[in-house]
Formats: sequence, C-alpha cells, structure tokens
Amino acid sequence: MADAGKLTVAAPKPWADPVTAVRIVIVLTILLTWELVARSGLLYRDVVPSLLAIGEAVVKLIGQPDYYWHLGVTAGEIGTALVIGGLSGLIVGIALGGNRLLARAYEPYLYYLGPTPKIIFFPVMIMWFGVGPGSKVAMGAISCFFPIALSTAAGMRQIDKVLIRVGKSFRANAWQMATKIYLPAMRHPVINGVRLGLGVAIIGTLLAETKLSNRGVGFLIIQAYSIFDMPRMYAMLIVLFVLAIGANALVARIGGLDTIRQA
Amino acid sequence: MTGVATAKTRFGPALLGIGGLVAVLVLVEILIRAGAINRFIVPMPSEIGASFERVIVEEDVFGRFWQTMKEAFWAIVLITIVGVSTGVLLHRVTLLRRATETWVAALASAPTVLMYPLFLVIFGRSALTITMMGFVAGLAPVILKTIEGLSGTRRVLINVGRSLKLTETQLFWKILFPAALPNIFVGLRLGMIFALINVVGVEFLINFGGLGQLINELAERYDLAGTYAAISFVVLISVVFFMFTEKAERWLTPAN
Repeated sequence: MADAGKLTVAAPKPWADPVTAVRIVIVLTILLTWELVARSGLLYRDVVPSLLAIGEAVVKLIGQPDYYWHLGVTAGEIGTALVIGGLSGLIVGIALGGNRLLARAYEPYLYYLGPTPKIIFFPVMIMWFGVGPGSKVAMGAISCFFPIALSTAAGMRQIDKVLIRVGKSFRANAWQMATKIYLPAMRHPVINGVRLGLGVAIIGTLLAETKLSNRGVGFLIIQAYSIFDMPRMYAMLIVLFVLAIGANALVARIGGLDTIRQA
Repeated sequence: MTGVATAKTRFGPALLGIGGLVAVLVLVEILIRAGAINRFIVPMPSEIGASFERVIVEEDVFGRFWQTMKEAFWAIVLITIVGVSTGVLLHRVTLLRRATETWVAALASAPTVLMYPLFLVIFGRSALTITMMGFVAGLAPVILKTIEGLSGTRRVLINVGRSLKLTETQLFWKILFPAALPNIFVGLRLGMIFALINVVGVEFLINFGGLGQLINELAERYDLAGTYAAISFVVLISVVFFMFTEKAERWLTPAN
C-alpha cells in the first residue's frame, strides 16, 4: 500500500503529460512546415526565411551593441510616456471616481474615446512636439492615459465603504485618506490599468517610430523592411514580442496580480 | 421629486459634459486669436468646423469611409468564420484546448499590429494587408469568448438535451450554440473594435485605403484644419460604431 502511495505522489515526467506533448507536437509541426515552405520556393525568396537564418539573425541582433542603444531609446520613450500618461490618468481617474457628477459628465467621453485608433493623432503630435522623441512619448502617453484613467475611476468606486468610514472616524486628513486608504485599496485596479496602459504605450510608441523616426526599435523594424532584410525583421519582432510579454508579466508580478489570481 | 428636478438630474451631467467641451473649444479659439497659441500648430476650432464641408466634398470622405468599411467588413467576416470555428474546435477537443488556450490569450495581448511591415512584404501594399492586419488583431477575443460561451452552458440544459436523446450535432445546434451566442457576440464586438482600430491605423501607416490614408495625405499637405477635421471625423465614426455595437450587444445579451 505504501508503495502504491509513493507511486501516486511521484511527479509526472514533463514529456509524459499529454498537454505538454501536444504543445511540443504543435510547435514542431509549425517549425517543420515553416522550414519546408522556406525551402520549397513557393513564396518569394526570403519572405519566409529558413529557421537557421532567423536564429542567426536573433543571435546577431542580441550581440549588437547598437541594438541596445535603440532599445534604450524606445524604453526611455515608453517609460516617460507611462509616467506622463499614467500620472495624468491617475489624477483624472481619481477625480472621476470620487465625484459622481464629473463621472457622469466626462467618463462617457473617455470610455468611447479609449478604443479609437490613437495613431491617427500622430500628425498632430508631430506638429506639437516635433519629429524627435517628444512626439513618440506623446503618442505613448495618449495611448496609456485612457486605460489607466478608466481603471482608476472604476477602482475608486469599488473601494469598500467601511474602509473610508474607518479613515474618517480616525479623522484622517485628505493626504492621509489618499495614501492610507484610497491608493492601497485600489492598488490592484490601478496596476491592472498600468498593465493595459503599458501594452498600448508600447504599441503607440513603436508605431510612431515606424512612421517617422531615425532611432528606436520601431525605426529598426521599418529599416529592415525597407532594405528587405527579412531574417533581421523576424528576429526583431521575436525579440520585441518576448520583451513586451516579459514587461507585461513583470508589471503584473510587481502589482501582485498573479497572487490575486491564485487566491 | 418634481419633473424639473428629475430632468435636471438626468440631463445635468450631459449638459455639464457638453458645456465643458464647448468651453475648452471657445478658450482655445480665444487663445489662438490672442496669439497665445501658434495658429500654425493648432488651427482655430472655427476653421476646423469650416473645413468639414471642404473635407467631405473635395476629399470624398464618404467614398473613403466606404473603403475603410469594406476592409473592416472582410476582416470581421474572416474573424467570425475562423474565430468561431476555432473556438468550437478547441471546446470539443479538450486536450487541444488545454494545450493552446494560454497561447490564444497571449495572442490577444500581444502587439500584433507591429507585424504590419511583415504583412506588407507578404501581401504587398494593398487592401489585403489592411484586412489581414484587422483579422489578426480581432481573432483572439472571438476564439476565447466562443470557448467561454460553450463551456459555460448550463449543465441542466445539456442534461435536457441528453434526456431527449439528441445526437451530438443536434445537441450542439439546439443547446450549446444558442446558449453560447451572447458570449460569442461579446467576443465579436471586441474583435470588431480591434479590427476597426487596426484597419484605420494601418491605412494611416502605409498610406493606403480610406480614412487613415486621408489623414496622412492631409497632414503631408500641411492642411492643418483639414487634418484636424479628418481626425475628428474618424473619432466620431469610431464613437458611433462603438455605441452601436454596445447597444447591439445589450440587445442580444439576455438579462441575467
């Protein structure tokens, strides 16, 4: 019996798990099909480069100091955009969440303007902030403002009334109420808004860089397109997607969103 | 509460919202006229208003709107066909669903629009690129919501079907699919929004197609008032589209 018990608690081997096996099969099928298409010549040459060429391009890309400079420029733009858009979103969100009249008057505008394609504002941002990093930061800031403002407003309204009454019964002043009650209580919706905001800020900034720029990862992608260096373009997209997903997961982890899901 | 007071409560916030907007426009107009804001950077709101007619007539806004709608329409058709059928497949084959559902969720949050240069190479600078970008952007929510809808069908409904000895096909078409429809429509609404955003955005980026291209062209001509008017037009179209799809979703979703 004791042996049988030991057998049941033994950790299954990863490859014996059918889900993992199916995942491996799918990935291998995709890679094999890709390689076959690349070698078949069915599509224009280099549109689907061989996996080896893409792998080489990825290794070459991450070994280039120049790439990190461009990555630093883009990261700086996204970071600045997140600070500007995030802080203004937080302020507007708190104002809307704390006042029913303001919320009913202005929140519908934010709600409906939120999903409009922000990139169309880029010509205006160029006129206002020039062709340099300023217009890219502005694009990122506009993109992340809406989800952060809406999440903050919703989070503010969801705060347990008991917490607010406790704060008032302790005669907490406005600053104490904000730092001790409101902000800790709405940490999760705000972080969720920041996570969504980060995603759209990355998109807004990089799209702006692809449209008009001479630096940043978006510029490198469109440069690879214009010189038809497809392996490099694939490599940059792969690295970019990994970084974007990693940044998203990092924000969720910092904000403790992963622990909420487990709870 | 009196009728006047009720009307005040109902329309007060809306009036405040519109009033605030008008006040900002008037303030901008005054500041530009006073020279506090450079009129070569920000055109006067009155100029923008006056240029609407010019943009509509001379730039064939309705023709461009139709072009954008056609691209978005085909993207939505593809999203519906591929998204719903993939969702159904993943719901029926549990192992496949467990293996790939997190991948589909990752696709939903991935910045897929950044792949547009890749699509340009594959499909060329054409309407097909724009449609395919819209398709890729809107696919994941439809798959996820279809799975959610089918999985969330109440057990009692499935048991009723089984007690009536329905075949698997009958069970699907008579019980599962109708029960999942509200969720599928929620997914389709999200998919439509993502598709439209990407269609207009890619039109602007590659300078091809309808409304997105119009904004790009006007900006390149440095027609400031026209650019602002075209942007306002696109924002207006987007807002009307979202409001319409939201109303349709509410109408299709039964109250719980």
